[in-house]
Amino acid sequence: MISHVEAGPASAGTATAGLAPAVAATGVTKRFAGGVVANDHVSFEARSGEVHALLGENGAGKTTLCNILTGLYHPDEGEIQVNGSPVRLHSPHEAQRFGIFMVHQHLSLVDSLTVAENVVLGWSRHGGLRYSPRQVEAEIAEIAARYHMQVDPHARIWQLSLGERQRIDILKALYRDARILILDEPTTVLTPAETEQLFASIRELVAAGRSVVFISHKLPEVLAVANRITILRKGRSVTTVDAAGVDARELARLMVGHDMPAGRVRRAVAGGATPVVEERGVLELDRVCADGDFGMQVLHEVSLSVRPGEIVGIAGVAGNGQRELAEVIAGLRPHTRGTIRVDGAELRGGDPRAAINRGVAYVPEDRMGTGVSPSLSVTENLMLKSYRRDAPHAGPMLLMDRADAQSRALMEQFDIRSRGPHALVRQLSGGNVQKVVLARELSSQPRVLVAASPTRGLDVGATEYVHGVLVDSARRGVGILLISEDLDEIVELSDRIAVLYEGRVVGIVDAAAASYEQLGMMMAGAA
Amino acid sequence: MIAIERSLDTPRWQRIALPFASLVLAAVISGIVLLVSGHNPIATYEQIYAASFTSSGALTSTFVYATPLLFTGLAAAVAFRMRIWNIGGEGQLYMGAIGASGIGLLLGSWPTLLLIPAMMAGGVVAGALWALIPGLLRAFLQTNEILVSLMLNYVAGLVMYFLIYDSQSYWRDLTSPTALVFPTGKTLAASATWPGLTIGTFTLPLGFIAGAVLAVLLLVLVRGTRFGFEMRVMGDSTSAATYSGMRTRRIILAVMALSGALAGLAGASQIGDFGHVLDPRGLEQAQYGYTGIVVAALALYNPLAVVVVAILIGALNNAGFALQGPGFPPGLVGTMEGIILFSVLGGEILGRYRIRVGSRVRPPETQAELDAAR
Repeated sequence: MISHVEAGPASAGTATAGLAPAVAATGVTKRFAGGVVANDHVSFEARSGEVHALLGENGAGKTTLCNILTGLYHPDEGEIQVNGSPVRLHSPHEAQRFGIFMVHQHLSLVDSLTVAENVVLGWSRHGGLRYSPRQVEAEIAEIAARYHMQVDPHARIWQLSLGERQRIDILKALYRDARILILDEPTTVLTPAETEQLFASIRELVAAGRSVVFISHKLPEVLAVANRITILRKGRSVTTVDAAGVDARELARLMVGHDMPAGRVRRAVAGGATPVVEERGVLELDRVCADGDFGMQVLHEVSLSVRPGEIVGIAGVAGNGQRELAEVIAGLRPHTRGTIRVDGAELRGGDPRAAINRGVAYVPEDRMGTGVSPSLSVTENLMLKSYRRDAPHAGPMLLMDRADAQSRALMEQFDIRSRGPHALVRQLSGGNVQKVVLARELSSQPRVLVAASPTRGLDVGATEYVHGVLVDSARRGVGILLISEDLDEIVELSDRIAVLYEGRVVGIVDAAAASYEQLGMMMAGAA
Repeated sequence: MIAIERSLDTPRWQRIALPFASLVLAAVISGIVLLVSGHNPIATYEQIYAASFTSSGALTSTFVYATPLLFTGLAAAVAFRMRIWNIGGEGQLYMGAIGASGIGLLLGSWPTLLLIPAMMAGGVVAGALWALIPGLLRAFLQTNEILVSLMLNYVAGLVMYFLIYDSQSYWRDLTSPTALVFPTGKTLAASATWPGLTIGTFTLPLGFIAGAVLAVLLLVLVRGTRFGFEMRVMGDSTSAATYSGMRTRRIILAVMALSGALAGLAGASQIGDFGHVLDPRGLEQAQYGYTGIVVAALALYNPLAVVVVAILIGALNNAGFALQGPGFPPGLVGTMEGIILFSVLGGEILGRYRIRVGSRVRPPETQAELDAAR
């Protein structure tokens, strides 16, 4: 046992150097069907008594790595070691026997039970089914006091804030004597004060010789809490650095890379961009605020303008307000303050039909769940919005034969491959589903197109096709707001790039001149 | 390696053949039950067939059972298809009977030609309003319509009993000698009797004809109109409906009202076609509202199939009632209905899967799975 030494973040790691690491991954590779390589020879080691951060953008492979560490996935190559000896983990339960516990972003607690009941749910120190509330409460109070966590064992989970619930999840792991605690983006749901409390608890944990693997994409907090940092990029572990020896600029550079991959050209540089003739934006947001799903404010005074023919990219790590921004413009989420103007006229909030009628087209991130009605046919999905006015009809009756003819033309134009207009959309490939969405949205002659992660999950061919359609629409005068987690895509297609961080626009830069380092700093909250 | 997986599309022949195969399976399983309980299945089936269709007056009484089931089946089918779970057909039927009998009593002096539509309207309005209670609560307060509509069945039953047994209401007969011994409702004037279509000895109730016409209209509504299009989108994906600018609350309310109106018509037909008096006990014991849910499920929520299934289940109920006695097991009809329901729904669910022999890994099929993979 390591005694309570007063150790600075950097020295705690070195204090135990030389011993076998608490947990280590060596050359871990995980491939998924469809050719996705989520982890490509990833290596890192977390020592006892250290906070080891895994830093990377979305899709960098952080979550897959943690699912391997906790036994949810089995690696195709490479191995996991605990205290120096290789282990094969087949289930989270097995991982827990080695002391590896994960606190997920989506907490796994039972709302109607008390804190104490949740902590012993599924496993009790006293074995079997015996449950003595008083004893468990005393044990919880003891753990909570040791790690400076404020916890009321009698409280029921539904009474607690998200931050408090997370604390219970951590406490649950500690009650089971977690040696290695993996925290997946733990600060997402926390207020600044709660974040400080969490960090204090983490420092106590490592001072007691446990290890914390801290997953994040936020530079300031990684620098504040971690001893060492392993940077993941596109499924690979780039390097591991001492937190004391780096600054935010260097980390941002490591996280997002230097520049676009070879063979891809910035549209803004290559001259593909349309010269802006109108100064007034076709879409103008002025200090727009909005709340998220849990009632917390997630958009803070967002001001933006998209001119006709312009592609404005929204860069940022997922969960920084992108989804809410798209939904606010599309009328799917009311804004609480500020104004949204389309062609100069103010848009009523929270009314999707008003947005559609004013010429706002929207390619939603959740293609299958929102963008289409999966059990309906291609034709029906193509008329999902036009059925009210433009689709062929006679009185209240829809003329499906004529609609089929129209959809055949659209299928031709947008290269939608299916067995015909009657094929059900859920039978189509992801790329073809996205083409259905694009065909519907663009055939309505929109003024503005909001495209959220339009190429996510698509293969190379479909991605190129979607990019082509976006560029083409811009050339025809549509103002496009492109929201994507793929920085390369943003830089390649945009005229201007706005960076969202924690619901705020932290900067708007010219795409032609923007450097990856600068964007990475802004995305990670360090600019 | 043998794997069971979801098949994305079912061939057309399978969709048609499956319910029939399920019915045959149900007959076989019921036959085993009969054998075990010491009956000859073939002879019993022959008895049921005769009591349902061929013996004297059998077909007419089959349609007495089938008519209310047709309406309550349509009521359930139209809502369930949109994934709005209106379990309140029973209560909406009661309210429809109250409404229609009230109108029938009030306007008894009107000519039949005007009185019938007025009674139908009374049933429609009462059933729809009753269904709008869970509808409004669901649309505006996100309450669970299953619980609310179910509980309102009991409330409607109590209202009905109150009108006849516990009050001196307009519906209650306070004058006739029998009514002084045992509380009953007022009997409607002869002008309020709905005429049936008589062919030889067989009488087809007006309600059944109206229900069959409505089934066709409903099919046209769902398949061919803007409103039906909205219903189908909402039944498939509420978020897609919201995304495409549909007024989802209004659609929920309209569908609930439509479903309640159909169940209310069942109540109106009970008064106009058959009972001519508000009879709380009879309506409650018949449980047409609940059986309508079974009818809708067996018809896979297709309005035209509801017509056929209502006749079949009506025939089965009729036979069960006619054959009741020492030689015929009393619980048999209920057991058979249950077995049929399990076979048809089981067949429907199993038909969505296929058995595959071969390679082991299944590629991710949905966006969510792809995302999880990364």
